[in-house]
Amino acid sequence: MSDIKVAIKDLYKIFGSNPASMIEKVKNGISKTDLLENFGHVLGLDNVNIEVKKSQLQVIMGLSGSGKSTLIRHINRLIEPTAGSILVDGENILSMSQADLRNFRRSKASMVFQKFGLLPHRKVIENVSYGLTIQGINKQEAFEKSNQWIESVGLSGFENHYPAQLSGGMQQRVGLARALATDADILLMDEAFSALDPLIRSDMQDVLLSLQEKLHKTIIFITHDLDEALKLGDNIAILRDGAVIQSGTAENIILHPADDYVTDFIKDINKARVLKVSSVMTNKDSVQGPEIQDTVIIEDALQIVSQSGSNGAVIVKDGKKIGTVSLADMIMAIARSTKNTDSDTVYR
Amino acid sequence: MSLFAEFPKMGRAELRDFKKGIDESFKDFTRDYGEAIEHFFDPLLYFLVWLERLFLNSPWPIVMTAIAILVYFGSRSLKLTFGAILAFLVIGYLDMWEDTMATLAIISVATIVCISVGIPIGILMARSNRAQTLITPILDVMQTIPSFVYLIPVVMLLGIGKVPGLLAVCIYAIPPIVRLTNLGIRLVDKDVMEASEAFGASYSQKLLGVQIPLALPNIFAGVNQTIMMALSMVVIASMIGVKGLGVPVLRAISNQYLALGVMNGLAIVVLAILFDRVSQKFGKRLQAHTESMK
Ligand SMILES: Nc1ncnc2c1ncn2[C@@H]1O[C@H](COP(=O)(O)OP(=O)(O)OP(=O)(O)O)[C@@H](O)[C@H]1O
Ligand SMILES: [Mg+2]
Repeated sequence: MSDIKVAIKDLYKIFGSNPASMIEKVKNGISKTDLLENFGHVLGLDNVNIEVKKSQLQVIMGLSGSGKSTLIRHINRLIEPTAGSILVDGENILSMSQADLRNFRRSKASMVFQKFGLLPHRKVIENVSYGLTIQGINKQEAFEKSNQWIESVGLSGFENHYPAQLSGGMQQRVGLARALATDADILLMDEAFSALDPLIRSDMQDVLLSLQEKLHKTIIFITHDLDEALKLGDNIAILRDGAVIQSGTAENIILHPADDYVTDFIKDINKARVLKVSSVMTNKDSVQGPEIQDTVIIEDALQIVSQSGSNGAVIVKDGKKIGTVSLADMIMAIARSTKNTDSDTVYR
Repeated sequence: MSLFAEFPKMGRAELRDFKKGIDESFKDFTRDYGEAIEHFFDPLLYFLVWLERLFLNSPWPIVMTAIAILVYFGSRSLKLTFGAILAFLVIGYLDMWEDTMATLAIISVATIVCISVGIPIGILMARSNRAQTLITPILDVMQTIPSFVYLIPVVMLLGIGKVPGLLAVCIYAIPPIVRLTNLGIRLVDKDVMEASEAFGASYSQKLLGVQIPLALPNIFAGVNQTIMMALSMVVIASMIGVKGLGVPVLRAISNQYLALGVMNGLAIVVLAILFDRVSQKFGKRLQAHTESMK
């Protein structure tokens, strides 16, 4: 159990004048619409249970209004829950005093915001060192540390610019550097890249992934964009009306969508890019072909197999054969959901 | 029906007793506490007198240089600096130097008092909605009640002199800085405040590091208005014993001296324009960070 970094347990959040009185109704399964129309309360989170392992990138996904921002703000207690508990390294942050909570925010969990949340009256270097100065570290030391982070997000040379003088993508690099500078193990990112153009967004995703390779932070990443979720997430949880309706790896969700809402979510996705050959692996001796690693995605495997002219490929892991995959199975896998959706939505 | 013919009102004798009762009890209050209150304001009086002497007893070229330096560092504008020097030369040449210095002294003290009392009240209002609903109507009254009306209790309490004059100026001039401090803090971007909170900022770190700096342009607009309003009280304040440009204006009104009135009136206008331009330019410089580099 010790590798669980953040555990959210039976979390409920109800917005309104008297949330406590509504909790029974919510536990008995009243719908979000009913609660709003008949009792004037908004159901923010409904019995959320999520465990995030250390050094994992957990994506939380859902449409607008599904409660993503509400959920992530519980993890550093910017929002107080109506019921439930949030354990970080086994400690319930809800029982922390105000002073403990401030320390927790200063050193354990930092946050990146959709609208950047930079201090407009401070220069880039001052923004990046904001968390450090809040901790009481002296300016010179804070600046030295911050300079490294400015460099690692690729902003060298802009130390003395004001946020308003930077493009959106650069501003979010400042936001990211600011969050990293405090050395917190947990990074909370609320639609951090949603305000950026597609190309810049993809850049930022790469920046995040390459930093994560070195830093091994525990990252909670909110998005409403499935492509982003699939590219970044080790694990994905899908929220609807405040409840987690499915949680698992990208492959798992694509192969076994829990319901129509999820099916709808994933219908536009290019599965060949997400599914790995291991997900369609069998062990037929009739299949011959080149050797490929088990983590190769189907898109790449198809290319390798068709170039070799064989009827499939041999899957190896750690240098040993663990199974085979046939051309026909791979094609079936990426075409499977055409049963209930238009065939032209499989490939975009 | 007599009820419709005449408005139902209090009996004449009762009304007289009612008013007399209020007057009597205020007079009692004055007798009991007047002296204590006067002593309370003594430090303010000493400061005002000290500043006035400083302005009046220093040789005029030194005062002029000090003013020019302040104007330049406030506005960073040579044009304005030379304008100020020229204006003060004319004022001195037309024999209004001493009154102008006295007015400058009381305006400076009034501004300092308004800032040091007004900004904390504004912060309190921004912090608590209840404080806001409580204080807003008081500010409304302070701004709309004819100044002569609150001169009465002030004079009853403290008599005629510099302190009651200063108090009258402050009562009239403080509302803008309170309002704009409150507004400025409330207008600070919620996202920035949330970010500061998320990084574990304490209350004072949020206030001093984020809210006040970001509210500064508004607070500065408040200071500017407060100075303007203090200047416009100069004449009324001179009725209860404040020295300065208001005194000759009063004399001009009662004796129908047109030139004297206009000249001193214009001197007040010149001061107002200077204060206004300098503080506006200064306020603009504070906002430099919001503009992108060309
Ligand atoms: N302070 C609040 N008072 C009342 N209702 C709220 C409050 N904050 C959020 N809500 C409601 O809670 C629900 C979830 O909101 P939340 O902001 O978490 O959604 P989200 O998934 O982040 O959406 P988006 O993608 O638009 O950011 C919404 O129905 C919203 O109206
Ligand atoms: Mg949101």
